[in-house]
Amino acid sequence: MATARPDPRAPVPDGRRPGVPSGMSGSPACLLLAACLLFCPLPAAAETDDQGFRTLVGEFAGANFREKEALVERLAATGHPGVPAVLTALLEDRLFERERDGRVFVVEENDERLAAFQLLDSASLADVEAVDPELLRRIITNNRLRRFLRTTMARFGLSGPDAAARLDAVRELLRSLDAPTLDLLRRRALRETDPDVAFEIETALALEALDHGYPGVRLAAVETLSGRLNPVVRNRLATLLETNEDGGPLEADAAVRAAAVDALWQIDSMRNVYSVIETVAFGLSLGSVLVLVAIGLAITFGVMGVINMAHGELMMLGAYTTYVVQLSMPDLIGISLLVAVPAAFLVAGAAGVLIERTVIRFLYGRPLETLLATFGVSLVLQQLVRSVFSANNRAVVTPAWMSGTLQFNEAFSLTYNRLYIVLFAIIVFGIVLAVLKYTRLGLDIRAVSQNRAMARAMGVRSEWVDAMTFGLGAGIAGVAGVALTQLTNVGPNLGQSYIVDSFMVVVFGGVGNLWGTLIGGMSLGILNKLLEPFAGAVLGKILVLIALILFIQRRPRGLFPQTGRAAEGA
Amino acid sequence: MAIAPRLPAVIADRASLVFLASLAALALAAPILNLAVPESSPLHLSSYAVGLIGKYLCYAMLAVAVDFIWGFCGILSLGHAAFFALGGYAMGMYLMRQIGPRGVYGHPILPDFMVFLNWTELPWFWYGFDQFWFALVMVALVPGALAFVFGWLAFRSRVTGVYLSIITQALTYALMLAFFRNDMGFGGNNGFTDFKDLLGFDLQSDATRSSLLVATAVALGASYWTCRAVLASRAGRVLRAIRDAESRTRFLGYRVDAYKLWVFVLSAVLAGVAGALYVPQVGIINPGEFEPINSIEVVIWVAVGGRGTLYGAAAGAVLVNYAKTYFTGALPELWLYALGAMFVGFTILLPHGLAGVLPRRSGGR
Repeated sequence: MATARPDPRAPVPDGRRPGVPSGMSGSPACLLLAACLLFCPLPAAAETDDQGFRTLVGEFAGANFREKEALVERLAATGHPGVPAVLTALLEDRLFERERDGRVFVVEENDERLAAFQLLDSASLADVEAVDPELLRRIITNNRLRRFLRTTMARFGLSGPDAAARLDAVRELLRSLDAPTLDLLRRRALRETDPDVAFEIETALALEALDHGYPGVRLAAVETLSGRLNPVVRNRLATLLETNEDGGPLEADAAVRAAAVDALWQIDSMRNVYSVIETVAFGLSLGSVLVLVAIGLAITFGVMGVINMAHGELMMLGAYTTYVVQLSMPDLIGISLLVAVPAAFLVAGAAGVLIERTVIRFLYGRPLETLLATFGVSLVLQQLVRSVFSANNRAVVTPAWMSGTLQFNEAFSLTYNRLYIVLFAIIVFGIVLAVLKYTRLGLDIRAVSQNRAMARAMGVRSEWVDAMTFGLGAGIAGVAGVALTQLTNVGPNLGQSYIVDSFMVVVFGGVGNLWGTLIGGMSLGILNKLLEPFAGAVLGKILVLIALILFIQRRPRGLFPQTGRAAEGA
Repeated sequence: MAIAPRLPAVIADRASLVFLASLAALALAAPILNLAVPESSPLHLSSYAVGLIGKYLCYAMLAVAVDFIWGFCGILSLGHAAFFALGGYAMGMYLMRQIGPRGVYGHPILPDFMVFLNWTELPWFWYGFDQFWFALVMVALVPGALAFVFGWLAFRSRVTGVYLSIITQALTYALMLAFFRNDMGFGGNNGFTDFKDLLGFDLQSDATRSSLLVATAVALGASYWTCRAVLASRAGRVLRAIRDAESRTRFLGYRVDAYKLWVFVLSAVLAGVAGALYVPQVGIINPGEFEPINSIEVVIWVAVGGRGTLYGAAAGAVLVNYAKTYFTGALPELWLYALGAMFVGFTILLPHGLAGVLPRRSGGR
């Protein structure tokens, strides 16, 4: 096998005669092979091989499950290049018998909506004919046969060119180790170049060595297995410490037992480390959500001193904008979220400017009154979406690139949407920070918030700056709403469920300080997730709230209080 | 600063007299029109209306409690519905114990929801609630104690303004989450309902309903008088001084924290009593009462009626709730628009509320 590990999608390696490549080939390779078979004069040996292979595959028709199992083994033993394709087809219910003559074919796609099934030759995968599904009989499988198939295919995968596929194969084989498999693994171990695959093979061999007659070998195996996170390893080591029927230990040797206890302890402590890492990662993703929903508020509340109770409803507008964007581009769901972000910013931002011009500008310097008025606005907005979109929740689609899991190891994985939300929060935070720090608008905003009279004297149009600031905060709320569509139901009450949280974050971090919002949100998120395992989700949240109330007693102006003249207000 | 009325004239100003007189008239007229006037007469007041009026009066009492601290001491609590609900829960526990063996499961002591949760004995905090006097003490004590602890922590460290408003909101939010939990022992999501009788009187009977209405009117009048009395005293002047210039009052040597703490506790107790009167009249109490939005609505009632007048707050509570009942029945689509417009309109156009439109105001802003 090529040690240079060629691209898995590459066709059959060069320098081989078509017809006798070894290893698992993907279907493009098979199709290429098929093309060769059609156009090249074939060597006679391959011809007879193919014929024998077809006959063998043909025996699936009418065989019972036990016979099928034996057939799979015989097929695998031929080493014919068509084996993986046929076994995959059998596993995926794509192997059919043609009723007319009893011959067995691979079907390109088994979809009951298709009017005709495309039959492929089992040995060459060349097109044979398209047939009405009524005239075909499926080769059926049961659980036991499927498990056997998976193991058999994993053995094939073990010699494939793709390291990732080999890794999956070894992991599959680890679940059901038997003598031939181990033999295969042992031989593979000598040639394996990929460190991850070699590592898993080592695990498998060590697992076998646990049954070895000599305590010294068992001891070495336990030591090898120590710290490996595969659950199979942990379960197997735990069985060493069990007692048999006579009450004696299952593992006779005391040194091995002691080593097993150590190894288990090590595995468990590593798992604990990873679970702490996982908790922190979950906390960061929750914290990112909190930061996202609080950044807009940090601007309107922190910079302008306006208590915007309609903040949640502006997020809701952003969420509904996402829904509308997806409705208008049903064929481009993949990029719909990317389109929705600026759209939501504009919609919510425009709503924010409108609110500022019609309501809030009459109430500057009266924070409690703005609270009431914006609460009124929030009710109107809620009812507005109820009238337009009905009170039912709306479904927002998750694009394919958002779903899936990033697997770090056996004990630690993260879903992509968690990762993206962290990334998104950081990007939004960075942009807001940059706008405030490096743009003319940001300069004006800071000037007006620090000393309105002086800023006006310097020629800053404070009214315009107020409207733009509020619009910016509202727009960010809308952008947060886009992110929320991926986490929660899009309905008229979406905003309300986040309003208390977002105020907490801003107050905890310190009003008027964006960094405080970031650190406040992240630490609240992590604290929440740390408490959850001990206290449960609801009690954990209550504890966080109580802790926050107590914290504000100690530091009434948050983690990073404003100092100087600006702090004298309120 | 307006000159406060002297002590003998606690309620001698015209607005207070009008308010108390109309309250007394209502307390007299409603039972008579309901019980004595035959149903065929156009003057008959339906039992439904009696229950509704009783409910409004409870809200009015809660509004008075909020106005007392917001209008006269500048403490905007966005969590006062929590005290209201705690008083209601205390009364609800008494009413649950009164059901006795008449529950669905027929258990002699345990309320239905505990039987449903497979509990075998009464949690310790349910002891004593079979006694009415004990429940009454708890109605005042529990909200009062919570307000004391919370206020002591908050005022001592000088949490003021919007910060205080937001942590009161956090308080009610945390309580809501807690009461939603089944293992808290307060009926979880469903709360308490299906009450049978109070002090042996059937809660469904018209006479009991009318009596509860009268009791609520008396309680409202009494709390109004109490607040007025406090405000007319020297302490009342200090409270207004705190509202208008907290730091200056402190520098003059007044213990601002102590004043604030005591009015906060008093206000919480009033809210608790209002809640206790509310529960037997509406027949249910559940964690929804703790929702932050409820507390905010109370503030709206006060703002609509007129902050810093007490009677305005009571009137605002009745008016807004009447409007709510009317709109949610007749035009459910429009209710939230109307409520929202009310908030916006009153804060911008009528910052002193409806009371501000009256020719002469008392209580002094």
